[in-house]
Amino acid sequence: MKAPDDATVARLQRILDTPDLGDGRYELGERIGEGGMGVVHVGLDRRLDREVAIKFLRPGALAASDVARLRREALLLARLEHPGIVPVHDLGELPDGGVFLVMKRVRGRGLDAVVQGGVPLGERLRLFLQLADTIAFAHAAGVLHRDLKPANVMVGTFGEVLAMDWGVARVVAGSDATTETRSATPSEGSPPGTGAGTVIGTPGWMAPEQARGDAISSGVRMDVFGLGRMLGMLLEAPGPAGAAARTPPAPLRSIARRATAEAPADRYPDVPEMAADVRRFLDGERVLAHHETPAERVRRVLAPHTIAIVLIGAYVLVRALLFAINRR
Amino acid sequence: MSAFPPTRHSAVVAIRSQDPGERSRGYDAIVAAYWRPAYIHLRHRWGAAPEDARDLVQGFFADAFEKGTLERFEPGRARFRTWLRVCLDGYAGHAREAATALKRGGGWTRLALDFDGAERIAGELQAPGADPDEMFRREWARSVLEGALADLSTWAAERGHDTGFRMFLAVDVESDGGARPTYDELAQAHGLPVTTVTNHLHRMRREFRRAALERIRALTLDEQEFRDEARALLGEDPA
Repeated sequence: MKAPDDATVARLQRILDTPDLGDGRYELGERIGEGGMGVVHVGLDRRLDREVAIKFLRPGALAASDVARLRREALLLARLEHPGIVPVHDLGELPDGGVFLVMKRVRGRGLDAVVQGGVPLGERLRLFLQLADTIAFAHAAGVLHRDLKPANVMVGTFGEVLAMDWGVARVVAGSDATTETRSATPSEGSPPGTGAGTVIGTPGWMAPEQARGDAISSGVRMDVFGLGRMLGMLLEAPGPAGAAARTPPAPLRSIARRATAEAPADRYPDVPEMAADVRRFLDGERVLAHHETPAERVRRVLAPHTIAIVLIGAYVLVRALLFAINRR
Repeated sequence: MSAFPPTRHSAVVAIRSQDPGERSRGYDAIVAAYWRPAYIHLRHRWGAAPEDARDLVQGFFADAFEKGTLERFEPGRARFRTWLRVCLDGYAGHAREAATALKRGGGWTRLALDFDGAERIAGELQAPGADPDEMFRREWARSVLEGALADLSTWAAERGHDTGFRMFLAVDVESDGGARPTYDELAQAHGLPVTTVTNHLHRMRREFRRAALERIRALTLDEQEFRDEARALLGEDPA
């Protein structure tokens, strides 16, 4: 057998590197992302002639629990129909018993990359609120994300914010995660291999109780913590080029601080409460998580009337000058 | 049970064996995997003429066997592949200075190697100024994949999977661009259902992957180096 040429070497390496989809509906393209358990390739849906994203387990991760986990992620995504969640199109089976997930191909950038490019604070907060609304929707549908971090959030071409990678999400008992779900048994509704005692999440972003192997008992407050870390990241991100660097407003820092409190009971009870506080800041109202000083209260109350105050001040000054001139 | 029993032992371990037969078999495996990367490296990195490169390759492996050069590999400091290339560079530099490399046929057993085939590849590589490390890695990968193909051929023949192997060759090895046959065409050509073609090809790809990993394991000293080299070939952790 003669030595393979460069083109053959490339084909053989591709065989080693990619799952075998056979000759069916989907054609596999380049790898566009990867996580701890899965890899994502761009693909072509031959039947509908459109690009899709195809998620697989890594070739080595073919244990029954891994397969069950990806299958479960597909079912979970299928029940979460929301503009902030990437829709799943199909769940396919591989000849080796593995599964693959076909999803909408999202074009966009990671949230951290977007904000590092210099985005005004108001826009950063609007991105945050879109994400918070998505997570609140998932909670209302009985699903905890449990791995919120910038790498799992994409901003699409039209500014839409998408929560990605629901691989370690947990379905809680009943249909509403916003109610306390402590009655659920430890592993109930969890993906295989992610039950009690297992550390779920990403260091630096996960809640303290998650780091201790308890990714269940705090319920939605776990995701409140993740959102708090995200808000902190957004507050520290640079403003637009040329704009002077400013310390994040104290009320917003108070919101992030409350959301990331060590004890779950000290955090916001749910995501809508947290989002409401951010909206209060945007609307010039008092932020509940923040204890205002009198000076802050005055500044906040007067802030919407800055132009009127300046105009009135200028008017009074001019009248005073005219009065003084006429007295002479 | 492994599809390639018995599991290959590491040739890098074998060359350190006190058993002369085991040590010799280890060297044979290393020569089989590295002679062509070495030849192409000498042609491009050192600008050696084909005849000189042949003699240098023969001389290098004979010298390494005699002096135990490759056995001094320390896994914590570099990959075995890198160590071998450093030794080769040292040998080539010394040979150039001493002008001893052209003593054709002197002192060592000349190995039967397909230098004409290697020369064809060397001739196709139009890469003046290419990174020697990357070129050596690429030739190493070619050598591993060629070995894995040979292993797969043997495996398929022993288990009566010749049809599957021929399909694998047609789709994944011998095809170029648009000439790749579809599963439907293969099914018609072999008088089989398309699902059987799918199963054949899936089995062959799975076993090819296993054969490639076995090859890598045979050329590495420990688990860490195996994983590093697998990542270099597969682009991912082989866990």
